[in-house]
Amino acid sequence: MSLHDPAEGRAPAGFLRLLHFNWAILLLLIAVAAIGFVMLISVAGGSLQPWAGRQMLRFGIGLALMFTVAMIHVRFWRSLSVAAYLGSLVLLVAVELIGSVGMGAQRWIDLGFFHLQPSELMKITLVMALARYYDWLEPELVSRPLWVAVPVAMTLVPMALVLMQPDLGTALLLAAGAAMVMFLAGVSLWYFAAAGLAAVALVAAVFASQGTSWQLLHDYQFRRIETFLDPSTDPLGAGYHITQSTIAMGSGGLTGRGFMQGTQSRLNFLPEKHTDFIFTTLAEEFGFVGALALLGLYALIVIFGLASALTNRDRYGALLTGGITSTFFLYFAVNMAMVMGLAPVVGVPLPLVSYGGSAMLVLMGAFGLLQSAHVHRPR
Amino acid sequence: MRRLEFQRRERAGIGRRGLILLAGQLAVVGVLGLRLRAIQIEEAERYRLLADENRINIRLIPPARGLIFDRAGRALAENRPNYRIVMIREQAGDPEAALDRLEEILPLGEKARARILREIRAKSPFVPVTVAEHLDWHSFARIAANSPALRGILPEVGLTRAYPHGEATAHVVGYVGPVSERDLQAQETPDPLLQIPSFQIGKTGVENRMESVLRGKAGISRIEVNSVGRVMRELDRTEGVAGRNIQLTIDLALQRHAMRRMRGESAAAVVMDLASGDLLALASTPAFDPNLFVYGISARDWNALLNDDHRPLSAKAVSGAYPPGSTFKMVVALAALREGLVDPAETVWCPGYLEIGNRRFHCWRRGGHGHVNLKESLRASCDVYYYEMARRVGIDRIAEMARSLGLGVRHDLPLPAISEGLAPTREWKQRTQGKPWLVGDSVNAGIGQGYVLASPLQLAVMTARIATGRAVAPRLIRAIDGRPVAPEPAPELDIPPAHLAQVRAGMRAAVNERRGTAWGARIIPREMQMAGKTGTSQVRQITAEERRAGVWRNEDLPWNRRDHALFVAFAPVEAPRLAVSVVVEHGGGGAATAAPIARDIMLRALYGGPPPLSAYPAHLRPEIERRQAEEAEEDLRLPDPAPAGRDRA
Repeated sequence: MSLHDPAEGRAPAGFLRLLHFNWAILLLLIAVAAIGFVMLISVAGGSLQPWAGRQMLRFGIGLALMFTVAMIHVRFWRSLSVAAYLGSLVLLVAVELIGSVGMGAQRWIDLGFFHLQPSELMKITLVMALARYYDWLEPELVSRPLWVAVPVAMTLVPMALVLMQPDLGTALLLAAGAAMVMFLAGVSLWYFAAAGLAAVALVAAVFASQGTSWQLLHDYQFRRIETFLDPSTDPLGAGYHITQSTIAMGSGGLTGRGFMQGTQSRLNFLPEKHTDFIFTTLAEEFGFVGALALLGLYALIVIFGLASALTNRDRYGALLTGGITSTFFLYFAVNMAMVMGLAPVVGVPLPLVSYGGSAMLVLMGAFGLLQSAHVHRPR
Repeated sequence: MRRLEFQRRERAGIGRRGLILLAGQLAVVGVLGLRLRAIQIEEAERYRLLADENRINIRLIPPARGLIFDRAGRALAENRPNYRIVMIREQAGDPEAALDRLEEILPLGEKARARILREIRAKSPFVPVTVAEHLDWHSFARIAANSPALRGILPEVGLTRAYPHGEATAHVVGYVGPVSERDLQAQETPDPLLQIPSFQIGKTGVENRMESVLRGKAGISRIEVNSVGRVMRELDRTEGVAGRNIQLTIDLALQRHAMRRMRGESAAAVVMDLASGDLLALASTPAFDPNLFVYGISARDWNALLNDDHRPLSAKAVSGAYPPGSTFKMVVALAALREGLVDPAETVWCPGYLEIGNRRFHCWRRGGHGHVNLKESLRASCDVYYYEMARRVGIDRIAEMARSLGLGVRHDLPLPAISEGLAPTREWKQRTQGKPWLVGDSVNAGIGQGYVLASPLQLAVMTARIATGRAVAPRLIRAIDGRPVAPEPAPELDIPPAHLAQVRAGMRAAVNERRGTAWGARIIPREMQMAGKTGTSQVRQITAEERRAGVWRNEDLPWNRRDHALFVAFAPVEAPRLAVSVVVEHGGGGAATAAPIARDIMLRALYGGPPPLSAYPAHLRPEIERRQAEEAEEDLRLPDPAPAGRDRA
């Protein structure tokens, strides 16, 4: 790691790094966050209180965090990867012990100034650890069973902890994020096929267990899945959310009902309209055009993110960038699929748009890592 | 070495796998976009509709119910302001404290307080809960004046039904009450108005039978509500159509007089206008206060009404069915005349009884009437004459005559439970009792006993038809919303005028000749004189033993075994204008009890107010004068202007 390292020599130093930022992604993030501010103002009835103002402040802090992380050499983050992963694991255990009970599940630790959700943190640190692992592993070995078992174990341990909270949605997102990193690292496709089959078998087992003494999921989780499969069975209970959400989006039509004119959101027919269901409000008030615009911005972030990964010749940087982009992709795809009735209601926020501090800060930190890998990529 | 390692890492980038992942993720984005398009473009219309259904509630505005007037335009049923107070929890804060403050002005009582608190906790904080209603103006004004101190307690004015003449018109006008499950089931497509919690529907009387006219059409207010039902704003409103007003043929003053005249008796009286069929009075005593039902009657009041052996809830004038007794004799006489089976001058020998087979049918006059012709038979009400006539004519032709005079047929009035009475025939007895008709049955029917039944309304119709020779039909609705209802045409009856004249002469003699049964109820001025017929109908069989022992004086019997007293009359004799029928249940003799009542009502109707004392025989004048003074004094006190100012919390 001397200064004469040729790879390093080509990387910019000091504030010159700013010039080598991935500005496209940065601007896209700001655009998405701005849409979020507008929507939070709308659901508050035209006021910055109680959500939009605080969200702006958090986004500001998030931006600062991103720049700070980005200015530090990716090499440092690589060396920190394993420690960050272990730290997240400790926090996940801690949340079991001292976490406050919120929404029927222990998910966050009160840090005073904001609520830390270790499972959010884990989504990123798991990607870091896996990138570090494949960076260290000889590429010829990636598909050897023993060397596949290690990252699987690294994923299963936090998954189990998150499931104990219990938070099925986040657990599945963790698995999906890890699977994408492993896919990028070149693990043989047979493993994915086998994992797919195992997942199908597991789902079958889960449903077979319903009503027995060894039931694998909570009753409310079964109910959510059933409601997802047929929302009309329970239009006033759990299916209410999906039904009302679809009605709201549909009534928006092509151009929407106008800013603050969404009757479904304004009259409280929508649940969680400032968090998980904020996309519905957007679709209702700005119509197909508005909803598609946000979807397009997200798609561009994915394209620029994966493009950055593809062009990064540093294996850690590439895997990290690809993993973070994929995690981001999972966030918005699952949230949108959920509010459109394509996936069960699992409680995943819309990244950078939904109101919430923990997810926003973690995400901005993650994009800081992405920028750092981009800025300090070998040329 | 380091450099080599780095180059190896470089070679092992993510290459092809990265491109596949990008393609996969963009495919998912594409699916999301397509789904968005399906919801927002293809199904937009349907979802827009669903969203509107979600947010728009239709609220009904109850229309003002039509009023009911008497023929002179005096209100019999009206809408009065219902002063009430409601509480809204979210404005009141602590409901207990709010009620404490309210109770300093208006004591509510423990039970009412418990009900209010229970209701207010069960409902959303913005839903008004009724604290008290039907308040008098004084308490209401005090609460309204103190409203700044009573946060969350709001004075409101609604409409409630009131019957200013209460008992006097209770049976005709009826009353309204809350909609019951039965009311809803009775209609094929219930008016959505009926679902309004405070809505009231006609329960009986004209209120019930003219419901569709009185109700009107609901106004509609479209309001925007949020997901918990809070009203955000009114989008638009269509005003309803108020119910139509109904003018009855009833003359309130006459009705009140008839009610008062029969006070204390279980009786009914009907006054009918001969030209139009207008029912000027349709009185049944005792009555009840319909206002009690509007507020929700207490169990005690209700049981008192049910257990009264004088049956105050029954509209006896139209739904009572009594053996008509001697008032039926005109029917038998007309039937015999039409069949040519008797000549008016022919006499029948009355020894006080008629023997048929081994049965002896007694005349009411034990010594008999001697030789009796048609006119004498009506004047003295000889039973034997009619036993003989009934035997000659046979029941089927008597029934036919009865029907053409309006007995045994249903007269269609907008009132519930209208009695059809009974004009029996051979076929009827065979069908309903499985026994053949006996000659004794005809003989009994000849004096209006046995199977024959008639309501006071039917007796008035019969009298009207005898007086006019026309098929006069009774009616109760004079005008709707100021537009007069045309009376039914009254065709000529198929009865020779000469026969009617002979019967009328007999009726005239019964009242205006010294030996007539109703001589005591005569009217003095010639131009007002009436013709009538008394009737006394047995409600029990007189046993041979009783007859021998002489125990058949009504005063010696318990009330409910005494005879019914009846009287029918028309007046003035020369140019008949009015017909009257009176039935006094268990009243004793028709001449003694029913005829004087009928005379008083008739005079009142003929003169259109209290008649001059000169209309009465001299010996009655002091008594009549006293009674008229009493009545005038009572009229000054009425009508009671306000419904009882009770707290109906």
